[in-house]
Amino acid sequence: MGLLDQKFENGNVVITSLDNLLNWARLSSLWGMQFGLACCAIEMMATGASHYDFDRFGVFFRGTPRQSDVMIVAGTVTLKMAERIKTLFDQMSEPRYVISMGSCSNCGGPYWEHGYHVLKGVDRIIPVDVYVPGCPPRPEALMEGLMKLQEKIRGESLALKKRA
Amino acid sequence: MLTEFGRVFVFLIVGAVFVAGGLITAWLIRPHRPYPSKLSTYECGETPVGDTRVRFNIRFYVVALIFLIFDVEVVFLFPWALVYKNLGWFAFIEMVVFLAILFVGYAYVWRKGDLDWDKPAPKVPKYEKGLGVRESPLVEESVAL
Repeated sequence: MGLLDQKFENGNVVITSLDNLLNWARLSSLWGMQFGLACCAIEMMATGASHYDFDRFGVFFRGTPRQSDVMIVAGTVTLKMAERIKTLFDQMSEPRYVISMGSCSNCGGPYWEHGYHVLKGVDRIIPVDVYVPGCPPRPEALMEGLMKLQEKIRGESLALKKRA
Repeated sequence: MLTEFGRVFVFLIVGAVFVAGGLITAWLIRPHRPYPSKLSTYECGETPVGDTRVRFNIRFYVVALIFLIFDVEVVFLFPWALVYKNLGWFAFIEMVVFLAILFVGYAYVWRKGDLDWDKPAPKVPKYEKGLGVRESPLVEESVAL
């Protein structure tokens, strides 16, 4: 049972301080799901390799959803793979985040009109936090996407989410 | 002052507190929102079929055991063949004894039918008098398999 998670109406100084600590810890070690779908995965691998060094952001790819924090959907999501992605996302433990990398997973990309076998955007099956545009995006773009995600995590709180 | 084992005790306490601290902190702050799909077995995204515990046929075990024994026999034969000329009759007799023991095992396995994949039904001993032991239901089940 998460005793403190979303149990507070408003944040006081203790809660916000704890929030800062937790968010800092979470955004500093975003472990990724190790799977790639298409050519975007090559760029993702390049980002993870020594030249661009994803490791310095704390991104470390894991082979199981149980140990992963962020799922980088890198590539074309075919309808066949979509079911698997949904299952894998479900099996990740919270807090979990999704980066949609590349045009294909953002919206279907070049398969938008005639791709009978491609899901038109991975956000139709799982909630996406950050979209990285590009076909494929350069490693710098993926890193910027990750930094956007880190900014998003920085604003999280143990307090109840306010409805707009 | 602490004794030698007292220091070990302190290390044990510190280790236990360290582990418990991590677990309790995670228990306090982590979100807890389980649902069936999240709790399902991880099979690389595939839908898991059946149980994690799969029953293997017991015959695999017997075959593996027999293979292991005679595999090791061959492993011992190679160095023996290399030094055979130097050691002479002593090595020969030693190896004959070794092979004879394993040959008895081989004959036993053959006689019991463990080398046949379609195993003959085992002969279940029957006790009609005496202590009143009957055929155990477990044996009957194994025959059915």
